[in-house]
Amino acid sequence: MGTNQEHTIRSYDTELARLTTEIVRMGELAAAQLEAAIDVVERRDERAAMRVVENDDAIDALEHETSHDVVRLLALRAPMARDLREVFAALRIAADIERIGDYAANVAKRAIPLSMAAPVAPARGLRRLSELATAAVRKVLDAYRSRDAQKAHEVWDEDVHLDEAYTGLFRELLTYMMEDPRRITACTHLLFMAKNIERIGDHATNIAENVWFAVTGEPLQAPRKKGDETTEPVMPHLGKP
Amino acid sequence: MTSTNASNQELPPAAAPPVPAMRIRVRALDFFYGTTRALSNINLDIPDQRITAFIGPSGCGKSTLLRVFNRMYELYPDQRAQGEVIVDGENILAPGSDVALLRAKIGMVFQKPTPFPMSVFDNVAFGIRLYERLPKAELTDRVENALRRAALWDEVKDKLARSGLSLSGGQQQRLCIARSIAVRPQVILFDEPTSALDPISTAKIEELMRELTADYTIAIVTHNMQQAARVSDRVAFMYLGELIECGDTEKIFTNPDRKQTEDYITGRFG
Amino acid sequence: MIGLYARRKLVDRISRVLMPFAAFIGLFFLAWILWISFSHGLSALRWDLFVNDTPPPGTDSYGMRNAFVGSLILIGMAMLLGIPVGLLAGTWLAEYGGQRRLARGVRFLNDIMLSAPSIEIGLFAYAILVDPLKHFSAISGSVALAMLMIPIVTRTTDEMLALVHADMRESAVALGAPMWKVISKITWKAARNGILTGILIALARISGETAPLLFTALNNQYFSLDPLRPMANLPVVIFQFAMSPYANWQKMAWAGVLIAICFILLLSIVSRLVLNRGTAKS
Repeated sequence: MGTNQEHTIRSYDTELARLTTEIVRMGELAAAQLEAAIDVVERRDERAAMRVVENDDAIDALEHETSHDVVRLLALRAPMARDLREVFAALRIAADIERIGDYAANVAKRAIPLSMAAPVAPARGLRRLSELATAAVRKVLDAYRSRDAQKAHEVWDEDVHLDEAYTGLFRELLTYMMEDPRRITACTHLLFMAKNIERIGDHATNIAENVWFAVTGEPLQAPRKKGDETTEPVMPHLGKP
Repeated sequence: MTSTNASNQELPPAAAPPVPAMRIRVRALDFFYGTTRALSNINLDIPDQRITAFIGPSGCGKSTLLRVFNRMYELYPDQRAQGEVIVDGENILAPGSDVALLRAKIGMVFQKPTPFPMSVFDNVAFGIRLYERLPKAELTDRVENALRRAALWDEVKDKLARSGLSLSGGQQQRLCIARSIAVRPQVILFDEPTSALDPISTAKIEELMRELTADYTIAIVTHNMQQAARVSDRVAFMYLGELIECGDTEKIFTNPDRKQTEDYITGRFG
Repeated sequence: MIGLYARRKLVDRISRVLMPFAAFIGLFFLAWILWISFSHGLSALRWDLFVNDTPPPGTDSYGMRNAFVGSLILIGMAMLLGIPVGLLAGTWLAEYGGQRRLARGVRFLNDIMLSAPSIEIGLFAYAILVDPLKHFSAISGSVALAMLMIPIVTRTTDEMLALVHADMRESAVALGAPMWKVISKITWKAARNGILTGILIALARISGETAPLLFTALNNQYFSLDPLRPMANLPVVIFQFAMSPYANWQKMAWAGVLIAICFILLLSIVSRLVLNRGTAKS
């Protein structure tokens, strides 16, 4: 879809392509960070956790670079129409990926106190949740790379599964805590981690919205299948009966 | 059914009257230079109190279209227009339509500033004197008014007797705008009005055009896409003598409907 | 590449030497002519020149009053006849004719007239005015001079109006001005300096013409203001006096030459002043 024709000014094409490459690289890095963070949680490896936290700086640096490129493109090329949408979307996608990186680092950070507490069973549910989130991030990056609005839309639709998985884990953790108050510390950490991963899913849907906008020029406003269990994800338990 | 739909609609933007009247309507317009067809089947409405920008590559017919609106093409014997251009309910291309009255109604500002070889005052008074015989005091008022409206008064009030050619390029262009305004037209056509000016003069002219929308219908031909984006409310994209797309400026520059428009404004042309 | 560049440089150097040389040749002869005219003419200048009329042969009387006045009248009448025709013809060519076939034909004929030998024009005036009226007359001389002026004025007017930017014309038309107003108020004014220059060139050209006057105004030994009679004029008087055997006549011829040159010089200076004032104001 869209235009395959090149710009009359070739270097403009190069700069736009560079922007895409930067963002995809950033996204890959963020996805890898999330996987590493979950690994760290399961292996209870403090050192590795610290490394994951430190690696987040690389994503932040890339985000700076992207913002710089976006500003330069806006100032020097004065992009219009689809180019404008692309550049605008790139800026917002970069911000989302940066947040994803932060959440991954947060998960790794909590792995350190968690490794000091006794292991609890629901840690396995966390892996399932993070697999869903990583898949969403990878898929939306793919959609971005190929400017595939349809694929982006799928990611957007599929977020409902992540929300459901989160609600499930949330309940499980609550049950654990009620059964044995000694598990509260570990479970609270896990709760926050799950929350972080769920947020990563939300950022993936944000990216999907921006891909959709860049390609079609329209906001993504299809009737979203809001997983009935997941209301406002910030405070899901308050709405629960 | 429709009424409930209408009541659900969002309010129109507060800045402008909701549905502007259409000042110029173009219907099935063809234009020829000798046997060469320069415009084919143009259909377009130009709203009152708005700026409509015409963009497109050189030779697309945008200037030609502008010159149909005041029948300027009639200066040249082998140029010919067919179809309807309706201004205030009257087809100006119909035989017997009064060209002097039309030109009093539709002013034009050109690419190069063209002050006449006479004083600043006489430049502005020239057009007025064509139509009205006013007492000196009233004429002076009209001239001052036009110069004020064109944001030039403060710069020239002490040199009204000097030649119009002694002004700077940007001032000369504003003098030309004052000259058009002085005749009290309803429409002002701008044919690449700033392509010979520096950025600051350009900004002044653009700001002036925005101010003039309060009272006039404005159509501007420009090669500068940023200018069209900055200044206009509606944009018409023309290519090879055809009107490809016409719509709100925001829409055209963020998400045009036609691929040709998109390719042109993003710089993917030829 | 290198060879071509070297050759260009060489040609450039040669032309840099040759061009000032060519200019020098021109200036040299001009200075020479001025020198001769002044050296002979200054000593021949006397107040009598402007008081007395041309003397009969064999007398010591000294004067050319009738020739000066005659020349001024002839030129004045030629201007009255030639300038309006040339101006209007040039205006028609530039504003209405454009590149139409008729206009191109007129331009072609005008160019031929421009280079026609002046003696031919004199013969023509003789054929249409002197012959039918059976006697020479000042008016026929003026007609001949006017016919020399017309092509020059036409040509320069045409070219100067063509230089006025089309936008200027169109902006006046866009205000609703009729064509005659556009021309008289705008384009003539815009091209004023060029048109005036053309008129002055034409004036300079005719003020020295002898050949056409020989067949028309002829000459008159006496003072005359009657346009229907022969009239004395400077070029013919100079011609006759210079060829005469009388020393004082030859002297007067030199004086006449000097005054003719000064007249043209004055014309150029005045025109420059007028034009400069015109541009300084604008």
